[in-house]
Amino acid sequence: MVEAEFRVTLDATDRAREADNPHSLVVRFGPDKPLSLDAGIELAPFQIGYQTYGTLNAERSNAVLICHALTGDQHVANLHPVTQKPGWWETMVGPGRPIDTERYFVVCPNVVGGCMGTTGPASTNPKTGTPWGLDFPVITIRDMVRAQAMLLDHLGIVSLFSMAGGSMGGMQVLQWCASYPRRVFSALPIATSTRHSAQNIAFHEVGRQAVMADPEWRHGRYFAEGTNPQRGLAVARMGNHITYLSDAALHRKFGRRFQDRDNPTFSFDADFQVESYLRHQGSSFVERFDANSYLYLTRAMDYFDLAADYDRVLANAFKDTPTRFCVISFTSDWLFPTSDSRAIVHALNAGGARVSFAEIVTDKGHDAFLLEEPELFAIVRGFLEGAAKARGLAPARGWPC
Amino acid sequence: MLMRLKHDLTMADAARTPGGARVDLLAVADMVAPGAKVLDVGCGDGELLRLLAETRSVDGRGVELSREGVNECVAKGLAVVQGDADTDLADYPDDAFDYVVLSQTLQATRHPRIVLEHMLRIGRHGIVSFPNFGHWRIRLQILFGGHMPRTDNLPYAWWDSPNIHFCTIKDFRELCQVVGARMEKSVALDAWGRALRFNTPWWTWNLLGEQGVFLLSRRGMSGTAPRQLGAADAVGR
Repeated sequence: MVEAEFRVTLDATDRAREADNPHSLVVRFGPDKPLSLDAGIELAPFQIGYQTYGTLNAERSNAVLICHALTGDQHVANLHPVTQKPGWWETMVGPGRPIDTERYFVVCPNVVGGCMGTTGPASTNPKTGTPWGLDFPVITIRDMVRAQAMLLDHLGIVSLFSMAGGSMGGMQVLQWCASYPRRVFSALPIATSTRHSAQNIAFHEVGRQAVMADPEWRHGRYFAEGTNPQRGLAVARMGNHITYLSDAALHRKFGRRFQDRDNPTFSFDADFQVESYLRHQGSSFVERFDANSYLYLTRAMDYFDLAADYDRVLANAFKDTPTRFCVISFTSDWLFPTSDSRAIVHALNAGGARVSFAEIVTDKGHDAFLLEEPELFAIVRGFLEGAAKARGLAPARGWPC
Repeated sequence: MLMRLKHDLTMADAARTPGGARVDLLAVADMVAPGAKVLDVGCGDGELLRLLAETRSVDGRGVELSREGVNECVAKGLAVVQGDADTDLADYPDDAFDYVVLSQTLQATRHPRIVLEHMLRIGRHGIVSFPNFGHWRIRLQILFGGHMPRTDNLPYAWWDSPNIHFCTIKDFRELCQVVGARMEKSVALDAWGRALRFNTPWWTWNLLGEQGVFLLSRRGMSGTAPRQLGAADAVGR
């Protein structure tokens, strides 16, 4: 690898600052309101960084919770404070978008274990005054959801009109519907699964080992030692990024084309466009993400197995659920394949749920849920409109009645 | 179903009321009590589910094989899942619905008897509509034309048809007896979608009805456990 490829614009202190004092809304819970973790620890004090868009109506009935994926954050539909890039789901969330912020009140929190303002390994441990690092307790998807429920309590939102999330965000959606069925009127689990597969755990383990193999990782104490395991984290991201795409998409985007050259250089330089692209993905990721957060969040996904909490019968997790579901998968997603979504649908049907399920044809792989997919937008819009009608939500201004 | 959807689209030529609704779907809707919970198996582009929601205020769900049909339905706000009548009905619990509808679907399934049995298990009532292969025009085409029949409602060549299990109204009545289904209401529609008069004998329905629409229930409502697919079914009899 070329040294320059992994140049970072932010130093570790900047990232730590974002973890404690984010460029977003933040709610701080004191020692009287601890977060009970599955690991058997009461986390307190702790904080949640979050963003909101739109206005909560007088009945408090139009709230939509967005759950972000592994490397996402609360900046769904605004300029990202670190990268200065557009929000990660601006095509889906915003005025006139399928999740219409002129009609719905959108809330998106950073997950517990994250590094963008919700307490995680990059946050300052109040007992030591230094970042938690590996002293931070291992967290689960259930812990993330429990924290989100505390945020909604804080915001005075008893019942969500809807919630949506892809990948790890979809896991949170499913956990929400199992843990708090009465609080979720409608739900959109997208490109997700009720359990992380052996293959997915394997990919995550490769990523974690890459981070831990970086000598600068220092057993997670890189803040204290003034180092930065950016190479390890970048390699982890490169590996994961391949799993978010598809063979067809890589071929369409890059083929075997060379990068700024006509012939191979007979070196290990990034001759191919696809190499250059992956290096860029790696280097831009380390600018905004904390290596330990990556370890904790991938672990949370690995531990996720919803049926395990319900006598190994998935249908029991959704028994008599009042929630309206719209499950969506993508044909070329081999990380969370359609068969995973179909298993969710089967369990929901067995539980008597009101469920829609659509598989969208695309070659964009797992990442399709983040990308320009007109059919995805039409389906989300149609599903939410049907749900809004059933909930008695007023149409957005300027809408034909 | 992929081919079901095509069928629905070709059914655009089917008889319609001045309001634009397909008469065979209206005949189905007439059999549904308002406010009921309904599963439409093979729901195509969702026209029946929409009609039922608008005119009967039902809580409707759909199963459709074709991706295009499903995505169109979901975008309309209908609760539809992609699935196969032959394999996916087994997932539904007993008595989950007031009505299970097979509108122009049964003849396109691989195992009509098992589908029918599941239908009666999942729903307290079943509604089945299908093209009647005993209709006089079809009989004449085979008798004098010597080829597989093609009509406005059945426009496919034999090698291209989604309809793999044709039956006549008489055949269907026999199957109902075999699976223990009670016919609560029966309607035969002629080529213009008009209901044949009730007091005419069965054999005239079988001769003059282009389509049959039947409201079924379980005999004794005790439920019939659907057979498991055995080797005998696989080899065909």
